[in-house]
Amino acid sequence: MDYHIMRTFADSWGLLAMLAFFVAASAFAFRPGSKELSQDAASIPLKDD
Amino acid sequence: MRHASSIISLGLFSFLAILAAAFAHDQAFANHMWVLTIVLVISVIVLLRRENFQPAAPVDPSAYMDGPIRYGVIATIFWAVVGLLVGVVVALQLTYPVLNIEPWFNFGRMRPLHTSGVIFAFCGNALICTSFYVVQRTSRARLFGGDLAWFVFWGYQLFIVMAATGYLLGITESREYAEPEWYVDLWLTVVWVAYLIVFLGTIVKRREPHIYVANWFYLAFIVTIAMLHIVNNLSMPVSFLGSKSYSAFSGVQDALTQWWYGHNAVGFFLTAGFLGMMYYFVPKQANRPVYSYRLSIIHFWALIFLYIWAGPHHLHFTALPDWAQTLGMVFSIMLWMPSWGGMINGLMTLSGAWDKLRTDPIIRMMVAAIAFYGMSTFEGPMMSIKTVNSLSHYTDWTIGHVHSGALGWNGLIAFAALYYMVPKLWARERLYSLRMVSWHFWLATLGIVVYAAVMWVSGIQQGLMWREHDEQGFLVYSFVESVAALHPYYLIRALGGVLYLAGALVMAWNLTMTILGYQRDEAPIGGTFPSLQPAE
Repeated sequence: MDYHIMRTFADSWGLLAMLAFFVAASAFAFRPGSKELSQDAASIPLKDD
Repeated sequence: MRHASSIISLGLFSFLAILAAAFAHDQAFANHMWVLTIVLVISVIVLLRRENFQPAAPVDPSAYMDGPIRYGVIATIFWAVVGLLVGVVVALQLTYPVLNIEPWFNFGRMRPLHTSGVIFAFCGNALICTSFYVVQRTSRARLFGGDLAWFVFWGYQLFIVMAATGYLLGITESREYAEPEWYVDLWLTVVWVAYLIVFLGTIVKRREPHIYVANWFYLAFIVTIAMLHIVNNLSMPVSFLGSKSYSAFSGVQDALTQWWYGHNAVGFFLTAGFLGMMYYFVPKQANRPVYSYRLSIIHFWALIFLYIWAGPHHLHFTALPDWAQTLGMVFSIMLWMPSWGGMINGLMTLSGAWDKLRTDPIIRMMVAAIAFYGMSTFEGPMMSIKTVNSLSHYTDWTIGHVHSGALGWNGLIAFAALYYMVPKLWARERLYSLRMVSWHFWLATLGIVVYAAVMWVSGIQQGLMWREHDEQGFLVYSFVESVAALHPYYLIRALGGVLYLAGALVMAWNLTMTILGYQRDEAPIGGTFPSLQPAE
């Protein structure tokens, strides 16, 4: 595996995989029903001391 | 014999350090090993004197482990004052070259002492102690690994002492923000893995089902710094008992590896970790949840995915391939979005509580920190644009940019976190003085504004003088003329640094008195509310 193979992989499938992960993670954050869950999560620091 | 294993292993390592000094390959290494020996022997003596033969009190597994955090807070305050003081000294050395005391205290050796002192000693200790504080309270679990947290604390202090003394002895890899030589790097790797184990173990045994977003940022900081540190410091020592090593990379690859490291040290050490602080301490101090939790998730993923590519903007107009420079520039500009998303999220947490700005100087400090975060993450992408960079690169503008980020964002948010934590950690009713927090805030803010403004002027003047040419194409100014022209700016810059340092000294006094249990007798801030008159 030389430099050029890595370079080609990085700007094709690697880039696509990272973009897909990012889009999926963002979509997951805004999935239906996430609003209440995230409100619960946001209140975690305020629960004690 | 509570400290038995520590005493035995420290004693053993002292002996090995003496051997290393005796058989050293070069004089600098021998000197450095004597420093190490002295530190270790002092540690052994202190531990022996504190040895207690009573059986240790049983540990309450449900209580938080706050001992290392208290030590971490004190270390943070101490290193803040030291790092900023050295900063003022180097600023004056640039103004008055006569202050360069050869060989140990010249600018070349003092400058990394300042940068490592504020980044790794001050900010690093702030990150470690706040991360331990936050992860326990948002996971509702005691720190994992028992005394491993103590090892992380003391191991990190040893790293700082070895790095700092190494610089003054002239031992350096000459890689910016990664100056420590190979053996100090190896030690930091050991400490960092222990840190990861403590942090991750605490998350794994959490009693809160969800992992709060501040912990995501802290974890990203710990994991990424481990990766950056290891890759950037891949090197071959000349001798196993010598202070010199050579990088595994050469030429432009070496430069790119270094700035991939260097920019992500900013991105993950000074940004991701400090955002973890923001996402815990701002909601706590304002007593309201973060503005949008889902925005914080997007903020996290966008920051993680974009920051790692921005490094090449440090190498514009160098031998780095043009496509890589453009890549770095484009990703830097894209970073605007998550940075400002995060800034808005932090600021809007105060919506409905803006009156606290008037009465709570800690909130004021947090808001100023987030505002400086927004400002420097606007300035940074702008400076990464090649056209702007052709003027700003290598000038004081860069120095001004770094300081508006470091003093404004990192400094103020860390100070605010300290003001929040100290009364809680030492079970004090309140701070010694809230009015002194206000003094600290104004001294620091004024210091930053003076610093950043004067560096803009001096940087742009410097850039313009370097590129000025006459109608025949000859440069108008020699380099030394541009240096001479900067003298007044350097003097004003030192003044800005003195103001900021004065603020930190006020904080050190205030927090020391709080820890000792005193309360200053003072009028509350904000006065009384105007009494409402009933309508006639």
